[in-house]
Amino acid sequence: MNNYETVFILTPVLSDAQMKEAVGKFKNLLTEQGAEIVNEEDWGLRKLAYHIDKKTTGFYTFLEFNAEPSVIDKLEINFRRDERVIRFLTVKQDKFALEYAEKRRNNKGGKKQEARGEEKARDHKAEVVSNVKED
Amino acid sequence: MAKQSEIRYLTPLSVDVKKKKYCRFKKNGIKYIDYKDPEFLKKFLNEQGKILPRRITGTSLKFQRRIAQAVKRARHIALLPYVTDLMK
Repeated sequence: MNNYETVFILTPVLSDAQMKEAVGKFKNLLTEQGAEIVNEEDWGLRKLAYHIDKKTTGFYTFLEFNAEPSVIDKLEINFRRDERVIRFLTVKQDKFALEYAEKRRNNKGGKKQEARGEEKARDHKAEVVSNVKED
Repeated sequence: MAKQSEIRYLTPLSVDVKKKKYCRFKKNGIKYIDYKDPEFLKKFLNEQGKILPRRITGTSLKFQRRIAQAVKRARHIALLPYVTDLMK
């Protein structure tokens, strides 16, 4: 299991209910695949820095989850197939990102789980090194 | 009439003492640069939205790489523009 975070942008033409339904669809997909959703943030309707598909705004959603690497493939295929999604980005959290994400979640101290974080950190370091080699 | 060698200034000439640049991440102990925070990343961009070189910001190589990565991610999800004018 790895820690991932994903940001995706939905078209602004959707109504609020439709937007929630779309987000729910991807969350269901993740949980069905055995992923554990850690955090969900709805950033609401935001202005895009540049036009995407002739649109200037979009609904941003941010998800954090633990999952097997194979789940990511399935998730991204579904992002591509879904016309409501105009942009997505999935990132694996390295040890620093994990620490940061925890702080962000707690939004204050967030240092209680450091011991656990460090344990995971070692695994991640090894993985990061192997990733660099592939690049 | 004063001779050339006797020119005096009212205020002493300020000789620029070069301030040593430093890496703000190392100094402040920042370990992770978040791509989701465009306001912070804008400190490392020029007006056209290009990434500033290390020689201007003083960032260490390690964090320059991470800035670059974060900026590129932020651009992808339209939090930062790829090209622009007068960003600030």
